[in-house]
Amino acid sequence: MMPIKNGRFGQYGGRFVPETVMPALIELEQYYQQLKGDKEFQQEFDLYLKQYAGRPTNLYYAEQLTRHYGRAKIYLKREDLLHTGAHKINNALGQALLAKRMGKKRIVAETGAGQHGVATATVCALFGLACTVYMGEEDMERQALNVFRMRLLGAKVVPVTSGSGTLKDATSEAIRDWVTNVRDSHYIIGSVVGPHPYPMIVRDFQAVIGQELKLQLKEKNNADPDYLVACVGGGSNAMGLFYPYHDNPRVKKIGVEAAGHGLTTNSHAASLTHGRPGVLHGAYSFLLQDDDGQVIPAYSISAGLDYPGVGPEHSYFKQAGIVEYTAVTDDEALAAFQRLSRQEGIIPALESSHALAYLETLMPQTKEDQIVVVCLSGRGDKDVQMVAQLLEGKI
Amino acid sequence: MTQLMQVLNDCKTNGRKALIVYITAGYPDYQTTVAAVLAAAAAGADVVEIGMPFSDPMADGPVIQKAATAALKAGATTEQTLKAIREIRKTSTIPLVIMTYINIVLQYGKAKFINNFSAAGIDGLIIPDMPIEECDILQAECNETKLNLIQLAAPTSTAQRIGKICAKASGFIYCVSNTGVTGVRSVDYSSIGDVIKIIRQHSNLPTAIGFGIGSPEAACQAAQYADAVIVGSAVVQRLTDGGVPAVGNFVAEIRHVLDKEGKKY
Repeated sequence: MMPIKNGRFGQYGGRFVPETVMPALIELEQYYQQLKGDKEFQQEFDLYLKQYAGRPTNLYYAEQLTRHYGRAKIYLKREDLLHTGAHKINNALGQALLAKRMGKKRIVAETGAGQHGVATATVCALFGLACTVYMGEEDMERQALNVFRMRLLGAKVVPVTSGSGTLKDATSEAIRDWVTNVRDSHYIIGSVVGPHPYPMIVRDFQAVIGQELKLQLKEKNNADPDYLVACVGGGSNAMGLFYPYHDNPRVKKIGVEAAGHGLTTNSHAASLTHGRPGVLHGAYSFLLQDDDGQVIPAYSISAGLDYPGVGPEHSYFKQAGIVEYTAVTDDEALAAFQRLSRQEGIIPALESSHALAYLETLMPQTKEDQIVVVCLSGRGDKDVQMVAQLLEGKI
Repeated sequence: MTQLMQVLNDCKTNGRKALIVYITAGYPDYQTTVAAVLAAAAAGADVVEIGMPFSDPMADGPVIQKAATAALKAGATTEQTLKAIREIRKTSTIPLVIMTYINIVLQYGKAKFINNFSAAGIDGLIIPDMPIEECDILQAECNETKLNLIQLAAPTSTAQRIGKICAKASGFIYCVSNTGVTGVRSVDYSSIGDVIKIIRQHSNLPTAIGFGIGSPEAACQAAQYADAVIVGSAVVQRLTDGGVPAVGNFVAEIRHVLDKEGKKY
């Protein structure tokens, strides 16, 4: 059972953090192990997932899209229908409940596009916790509406100007805040990244995606899916979908990274397909970096994929051949964004559009009796304004 | 025994509070780094910590972050820092310790890093993002080259952890004065003083308090509890504001007050 000693997934993961927060990480791990087997906690979590977040999410048969490709049946796991519009709420709810049990009164979080920040601000409002969200200055401009949402929900949003002023710097700043206020604050990290036990905790809270899928396919009298497709930035929705199938090699799992302007340019976010292992934000994992080990800022049209690292368990899955990782460009994602809007009447998040874009490559290889499930990790409302600017006059 | 341990032991024997000064490598350029290290040594620093810039320094506050970003922009690299250390060693025997983040060591190649920097005259290594659980990564190489792998203790470290930290420690024990990142602030040093009391039950190694110390007065307050004090952000700020002469003056000032007041404790 991964992770093994010291939070390792194979050689990846670990706890590369200052001594100041080590006792807090150990305490968090102990608390979490206890609560994992605690029926009352699990029931409380399930109740909030159901009544507050809106689980289970539908497994929607995308008939038009299936007809478009004329091969395998395509199903969409509709995480976009959840409260706050993306899968991020699963983890935010779980961790806020955990923080409450630990007696923490204050939450710290980082956000890129604002989805995780909004989800965290939401659960903090719900549970009466103080909330501080760090966000890159540039991202605050790009996602002004989400900044307002967080403030409306009572969160304090702090602009980050250090480094490149994006998600990676917001993450560093959130960690610095946590190091400073570790005694009364809990850090809700937004993806399966960071030091142990975070990648494990976030995975377990997101695994509800794949667990539900198993049940839903059973109800439809279907066998196992043939392909699972999800986008990978830090990798939480992909981990949530893949993990319950990680020991089933008959189910092919494909993680789609952001190739930005193209993998031959320096403007992409494809750490697994184009990076090499290194340490960022407390974990040893694939990373975009120069020869000296300085982290190279990532680029993607999708702010949620715009991260130079990736969860350590994904690095392990890559090495062990459990998941195949690939990348699609901004343009391919934009085309998929419009395709799903037109064909199914569903506007997907730009992040999820990366997974949808890979269908162009995958579908011709599939057969009619096969099943493809795409994780529709979030809705695209947040992206409409930017896409409108990009496509002006082209629609 | 490394030169670092020799010097710190001599300080202890002579009742002198050791002064450890931090300088960011390559900020604003390497010529300045070499000059600043030599100026600090001449002004009474006992040890110099050379901070190798990393793009994402999670344990550092704004002053050192900015210096690291500027150094990287100006082209600072691991190889250039190595050269600067060789340059310093031509004229100075002051103990030198490298402070950097683990990724810088790993990407250079850990054995190559430790061998090359040890050969250039480095005495010790501080990796703020490598707690005891992860330090086995470098332990064997450090033992082989007799480089001190310096461990950190924090106000949040439990008594049980402090025991483990002491068991792994070498050179000196870096005692982080407060929960937080590097940078000048007002600190109640008694809480790290309590940690040092526990350290004393396990280890005879010298203790050094760092993080937050920004003035001769603060250095004296911290020195009540430890064998050495570490001054980082305040030195880097002097370098930014007044260049190498300002570093020399500031170090001399701390040295003077420590010698006058420090002996009281």
